[in-house]
Amino acid sequence: MTAPLPAPLLSVHDLACERSERLLFQRMNFSLAGGQLLLVQGGNGQGKTSLLRLLTGLSRPDTGEVRWRGEPIARCREAYYRDMAYLGHANGIKDELNPVENLRFHGDLHSRAFEPDQAVATLKRLGLSRCLDLPCRALSFGQRRRVALSALLLANAKLWILDEPLTGLDTHAVALVEGLIRDHLHAGGMVVATTHQAMNLEGVSVQRLLVGDAAKPVRASAEAH
Amino acid sequence: MGRYFLSVVRRDLTLAARRRSDWLTALFFFVMVSSLFPLGVGPEPELLKRIGPGVLWVAATLASLLSLSRLFEDDHRDGSLEQMVLSPASTVLLVLGKAMAHWLVYGIPLLLMAPVLGIQFNLSWDAIAVLVFSLLLGTPILSLLGAAGAALTLGLRGGGVLLTLLILPLYVPALIFGAGAVDGVMAGTGAEANLSLLGAFLLVSFLVAPWIAAASLRVSLE
Repeated sequence: MTAPLPAPLLSVHDLACERSERLLFQRMNFSLAGGQLLLVQGGNGQGKTSLLRLLTGLSRPDTGEVRWRGEPIARCREAYYRDMAYLGHANGIKDELNPVENLRFHGDLHSRAFEPDQAVATLKRLGLSRCLDLPCRALSFGQRRRVALSALLLANAKLWILDEPLTGLDTHAVALVEGLIRDHLHAGGMVVATTHQAMNLEGVSVQRLLVGDAAKPVRASAEAH
Repeated sequence: MGRYFLSVVRRDLTLAARRRSDWLTALFFFVMVSSLFPLGVGPEPELLKRIGPGVLWVAATLASLLSLSRLFEDDHRDGSLEQMVLSPASTVLLVLGKAMAHWLVYGIPLLLMAPVLGIQFNLSWDAIAVLVFSLLLGTPILSLLGAAGAALTLGLRGGGVLLTLLILPLYVPALIFGAGAVDGVMAGTGAEANLSLLGAFLLVSFLVAPWIAAASLRVSLE
């Protein structure tokens, strides 16, 4: 344990969250450096999704701060959104468009160059080679989730924020997503994820964060592998 | 910046092309409402000529309202609005792009249909030309102000009715100047004053509405 600790890129300082006058958590502090995974755990309605939305900047914290490379995310919005990709409960996939068109517009709207070959390769890698020409309306729930995951991969972001990424996926796809997360972490990326399912994440450094006890300060606990 | 704006417009136009029923409904609504008036008030040419500009303007306003509640709603429901707001580009540009696409999809067909309906009201060619020009200046106002209203009421129960109550009073100046311009031409007093005021109102909406809409979107998504 003598290796120098990498500098944290994402850090949370004394964050508190209140929903409908109920305190979900307070005094939350953690930081995340390249190659690290943060698993947010807790029961339904304990504030996992609220925390992720605070991290994305979709909601603003009442107290406390989320910082990216040491700066509050509200002040470095543009740089932060270049480095961050979010996958929420909803997939952000348009039913009228086919998967490739969906990825094209997703890329355009995030000011990225779009390469059709790369998009098709990513969709194939996620097992959608037979659905490339179908409008997403015709796809199953799990297949749409895979399209959303393809958009996540193409985003080429350093930080992934994933809300229940495994919902609706079959065992094969779950293994695939675990592989994607491991690859992303090994390449120096970071992941913040909530999940109720056990994930096979050998060889990556995992921090766990338990939300649910509003009275206590929340800290991440590291787990060595 | 320009590229982002254009890709928002292109995306919404593609979606509108796949969902033709949406904008055809609004167009037929415009045609139906303005055709009901001659049937209701009787066929005297002078009376129809008198009420024509006002009726057409009111019908255009209502037709544009009809489509506005869905301006952000569909994207909100399937999560793509969140994704668009999380883009490095500014939310103001997103709103401008969506308002522009809304105008192209819902405003332009009204402009093209208006001369035909003008004939039905026995309007002279001069009056029809001014009517189309006033709609050309006025329909973007409806899209811009409507975008702000749609962003404010996003995700609320009964948002559609609320949107109507919120936005219709803001449309009043556009309605007065627009219908007034056509009346002016028919009365022989000229349309310039009303058209200038309409143009000024368009500029103000363009400068103010996108910012209000962007701020409301962020609040609505929270």
